[in-house]
Parts: sequence; structure tokens; C-alpha cells
Amino acid sequence: MVAGRPSADIDHAAIYAGAIDCDLHPALPGMQVLLPYLDDYWREMVSVRALDRLNLTLTSYPQNAPLSCRPDWKPEGTAKPGASLEAMQSHVLDRYQPRFGILNCLYGAQVMHSEDMAAVFCRATNDWIRDEWLSRDPRLRASIVIPAHNTELAVAEIERRADDPRFVQVLMLVSGEVTLGRRQLWPIYQAAERLGLPIGVHAGSAYRYAPTAVGWPSYYVEDYVAQSSAFENQLQSLISEGVFAKFPGLKLVAIESGLTWLSGFIWRADKTWKGVRAEVPWVTRAPSEIIRDHVRFTVQPIDAPDELAALMRLIEHLESDELFLFSTDYPHWQFDGDDALPTGLSETVRRKILCGNALATYPRLAWANSAMEVNA
Amino acid sequence: MSTLELDRGRPAEAKLRVIDCDIHPAMNAWTEVHPYLAKKWIEHLTVYGSHLRHAFSEALTHPRMSPDAARVDAYPDEGGPPGSSLALMRSQHLDPNGVAFGMLIPLRWNPGSQRNLDFGVALTLAMNTWQVERWVKNEPRLRASILIAQEDTVGSVAEIEARASDPNFTQILLLPRTDEPLGRRRYWPIFEAAERNNLPIAVHVGGTNGHSSTGGGWPSYYMEEHHAVAETMQSVLSSLVFEGVFERFPGLRVVIMEGGLGWIPSFSARMDKHWSRLRSEVPHLKRSPSEYIREHVWFTTQPMEEPGRASQLIDLFDRIGWDRLLFSTDYPHWDFDDPRHAFKAPLSEAQRAQLLYGNAQAFYGID
Repeated sequence: MVAGRPSADIDHAAIYAGAIDCDLHPALPGMQVLLPYLDDYWREMVSVRALDRLNLTLTSYPQNAPLSCRPDWKPEGTAKPGASLEAMQSHVLDRYQPRFGILNCLYGAQVMHSEDMAAVFCRATNDWIRDEWLSRDPRLRASIVIPAHNTELAVAEIERRADDPRFVQVLMLVSGEVTLGRRQLWPIYQAAERLGLPIGVHAGSAYRYAPTAVGWPSYYVEDYVAQSSAFENQLQSLISEGVFAKFPGLKLVAIESGLTWLSGFIWRADKTWKGVRAEVPWVTRAPSEIIRDHVRFTVQPIDAPDELAALMRLIEHLESDELFLFSTDYPHWQFDGDDALPTGLSETVRRKILCGNALATYPRLAWANSAMEVNA
Repeated sequence: MSTLELDRGRPAEAKLRVIDCDIHPAMNAWTEVHPYLAKKWIEHLTVYGSHLRHAFSEALTHPRMSPDAARVDAYPDEGGPPGSSLALMRSQHLDPNGVAFGMLIPLRWNPGSQRNLDFGVALTLAMNTWQVERWVKNEPRLRASILIAQEDTVGSVAEIEARASDPNFTQILLLPRTDEPLGRRRYWPIFEAAERNNLPIAVHVGGTNGHSSTGGGWPSYYMEEHHAVAETMQSVLSSLVFEGVFERFPGLRVVIMEGGLGWIPSFSARMDKHWSRLRSEVPHLKRSPSEYIREHVWFTTQPMEEPGRASQLIDLFDRIGWDRLLFSTDYPHWDFDDPRHAFKAPLSEAQRAQLLYGNAQAFYGID
């Protein structure tokens, strides 16, 4: 059993009223649900190659690993954690009553080596999210899953979703085919900026490379721990390549990054930039300033023994309380009981983390009000 | 707590007493090691040169921002690269900075990354002798490191055993970009030899192993490559911890060199947090990751972190553990830390003495 069970005498809905949960994981049960969205050729390919028998669960999130699902959120039988909307409603949406919850689907579509297959399955995944999730609960919003390794196809998928205001973000894995700042990816950022879509970078790897610079670790726990290192490297890439100078309206959200690495990161990045900025003359501001303007961070997990102290320390180090976004990371096991956010934050900071910061990050949450009412 | 003003501009020679844990000696010409290399390896080096998992055999694909990554004032008048002149090292660094002891960290040729294992081992033998003959015998303040070619564990262990009783050597040296993560079992004979001989393992930034510098691919810029050495060290520690190296070798001591400091508390907490969920995968761990780090791992201080406020630096040292920090300058490299000015925080005399001298004295068992 988990240590801290939900306590009945706390009014969660009051504490979390109006919250925006920036990291919910709907699980795609299997390729059979994508078949209705595929054309004849790809339906035939699925049949001939028996693709529907493949388990496309990402190595980054083994289905039965303790981190992948909180024990008291585990579904009965062999169902995937996160596969049931009703369970998500009962565990999170009805319990905390957030105003919005943003779905980040981590199905395997986006990591297939074939760019065509990846694009087709990403498109079908987004269709499935629209029909089975967004249309069934008006509080839900979603990230657009893209084949990031083919920029042209990725941009086409982003544009395909652009008219639906319930898609509020573009989703990328922190470790893909090239470092995230590379110019070949810029059309994705250009489209995202133009369409009011932040880039959500979620923990996880396409495993195009060893997860660490020292090669392949033995254990899953090492892979998972290395995700925060990957976020550090990718922020340094985005800053060094000048992505935020080129796209001044772009916002990036680091999702499930672990958070507390950020202090050491800005100290090192600022100092390094002072020493070698001649190499990157387009980087005219300190990395910490660029981060304050452009990068936001979800707050599960918080890698610290004392999460309240850790958050306050980060706010001091970053000189801002506007960078952090509420998330439950449902159904991943990051917190027990109802402590989705550390208790003891000031009312001002708590409200900012719960909703104000997300509203400032995701312009489409405001655009979407009318659509929500229609659906409700 | 008593505090000190930064003693900028005051005569420092009388006060400073420093153990510099990271000094890089260089060669005037590679023929300096000829006396210590077999003829066949001299020919090999001449004909084939370095053979690395890397596009250039004698250059870096992320060129540094200064030649030799060096301070512009570190070029000897008599010629040769920075770090090659003992006279200049004395007059520019050892004497004015109060260096009582200096640990040599030779980086030439990357022996541990050589694909030809016999050649890598031969280079380490030569460079170890070179450190003693060229430097330590001529300057009693300097100490040598037993450079090993870790991919050949038999050769590495033989070299450790050959040097272990020589007081000119204080530690075993390897670079973190190993073929596999350092905690993997193929490297355990090295740890066994280190523990048996009570020699710490120094892991200094560097090496090439063919793996990209990040889990998401190769960076474009030196600004990224330079940053990534911190994440590389994170992965080294993660591997040592989760493979159970410190459980298996309880006497092993590791010093992480030039990897930065700001990430240490958060990374330890991250390992703890996710180990608490995933510990069934690594049942050989008997304690939390941060306990192993706190007990077995030390860190050199250069490049010193520069948080926005002095109190944040003190808070960082509190969380790492003051006794785990070993002062280093990285002489003659461009991001040299001056012992007078490196710590941008008010320190007590005792704290300053501990960081600059006491910790390394205890760590290396210097009388």
C-alpha cells in the first residue's frame, strides 16, 4: 500500500479549484484503436505485417514498472494504466476538479524509424485522442503528437490540428533524433509560435543514442534518472542555437523533468556563456534570463526530500515564481495521497502554480472556452 | 561565525596554503616520451597516430575557444605549449598561489580511449614514467597520477600494481567517457586493485567513446559540449551507485574532477527519489544512493559555481558537505580558478583552510 492515503477530511476540490493539470497520460490500448483512422494502404500494412500485435510501449516507461503507475491507480487485469477515461476522471479530474487537464500521449507512434509510418500513426493517435478523450470530457486538452524526425510531416500534422483549439501544445520527447536546438527542427518551432502552441518537451527517449554520454546503463532506474540530464543538455542546445532569439514568441514546457536540477543548470550555463559567448553571438542574454522568458516546468516530480523547501529554493534561485506549472503526471507514481503540490506554499504562489502560470503559457486555454461550452 | 573580506590586492604568499588537485602538465614535443616507449610504439605513433572513436585523431570536433584551452598568459617564453615549462609553472602558479602540493593530471593522447588496447596501455606506462622523470623528480611539490587505459583491465591492473608502492603517485586516473558506464562489471578489477592499494580513483573530464555527448544527439557548439561534462559526470555517479560498486568495494574512494558542483545535491536527491520507487530492480543496494555518494565521492572545485548570491554558494556547500570539496585550479587552462578569488562568498579562516588545503590533505593522506 502507499504511505499517504487520500484523507477524507480535506476539501481537495476547494484547494485545487481552477487548477490546470499540465501532465496527464492517456494510454493508447493498442493499435486496433487506430485502424479506423488509417487509409486502405496502412490498414493493409497493419494486417500484412501484423503491426497490431506489436507492443509499442516505450522503453522509457515500461508498463508495469513502479514509476509508470501509482499502486492505488492500477487498473484491474492487464489493462494499461491510463487507458480508461473513467479511471482518470475518478482519480484526478473529479477528485481535484481542475479546470483543464492537458493530455500527453506517450504511445510509440513518434519513435518509429520510418518517417511515413511515424507520421501516419501520429496522425491517427491525434484523431483517437480527439474522439475518445477530448470529445468525452470538456475539461480535457491535448498535446499534438508529431513525427519530429521529419520536419515537413511534423509541421503538416501541427497545421492539421491548428483549427481545433483543444490542441494546446506540440509534444516532443526530450531525446529524439537530433538535439532540439538544431536548425532542421526550426520549422516546427516556427509553426508552433505562429499558432500559439508551446512546445512541450516530455521525458522519454527514442533511443537513437545511448541514454548517457558514457554509454548504455544496465538498469531502468539509471535511464530514468538520466532524463533530467537530458533536459539540461537540451536546454543548453536550444539556448546555444538561438531558438529563442529566432522565435521570440515561443514558449517551451519541460514536462516531468525533475525540476531541482534547474538551479545548478542556470549557474553553470550563465558562467559558461560569459566565458564562451563569442562562439554564439546571437545569444545576447544570459541563459537564466532566456529561461525566465521562455521556459516553464511542470512540478511532478520534484527531486528533493523536502519538496516545499525545494520549490522555495528554486523560486529564489530563478528569481521568479512564474516558471512552475501544476501537474499530477497521472498515472505515473510521483506522489502519494493527495500531495500533488507541496503544502505550505503562500496563497499567491500556490495560485500561480495551480493556474495563473499555465494560463500565461498556453494561450489556447483561453481561446478554447467557447468550444468547451459547446461540448459541455 | 567570523568572516573575511576578499583579500584582493594584499600580499598573499604568507597566508595561502593550497593543495591544487588539478594541474595539467604538457610536453614540448611528444618525443619527450620516446625514452619510455618501445620502438614499435614510437613507430606506431608516427605512422598511425591516435586511433579514436572520433573524426580527428589529433584535434577535437568541438574546437575550444582558446588555443590549447589555455590562459593566454601561460605560454612559456622559451616556447612550447602552456603547461610544458616547470619554471613558468613555478613562477606563475606554484609560488605565488601558495601551492604546497599539486596533483598532475596529464591529458595527452587519451590513452584510455585508444581503440588499440595494447597501444593505449603502452602510452599510459610511458606517461606515468614521464610524470615522475620530467616533473615530480624536479619539483617535490608535484605528485603524479597513475594513468590507466581502463578498457584493458588486465593492463590497467598491472600498471596500478607496478606503481602502487611508489610514493610519487597519489591516485589512479581515468577519463569518464569510457566505452561502457564506469560501474559496469568489466571495470571491477580496477576498483578491486584501487581498494586493495588504498588508491582513490580520479575521474577527470574527457575521453571519447563514440557515444554522443548527450542522450539526444551531438551538440553543435562548444558551449554545449562544455556544459555536457556535468551531465556526463552525473551518469558516471549513477552507474557507480546503481551497479553496486560501493557496496562491493566499501573502501573505494572516487574524486570527480572538473565536473562542476551545482548539480550534486539535486542529482543525489533525484537518485534517492526514483530509487525509492524502483529499488526492486537493484536489490543489491543496501542504502540510498545519496548515502553512497556522501561516503565515497569527493569533488574538485574548479570551475567554481557562481550563484547570484553568496548565501546560495554556502547553502550549496552545506548540502554537498564541506569535507567533500577539494580545491583545484585547472592550471594552465582558460577557466583557471584563483585561490584568492574563486569562492565568491564570505568564508571563515577555518572554512577557507579546509577547502584550500585540509580536505585534500586528509583525502590524499599527506603528512
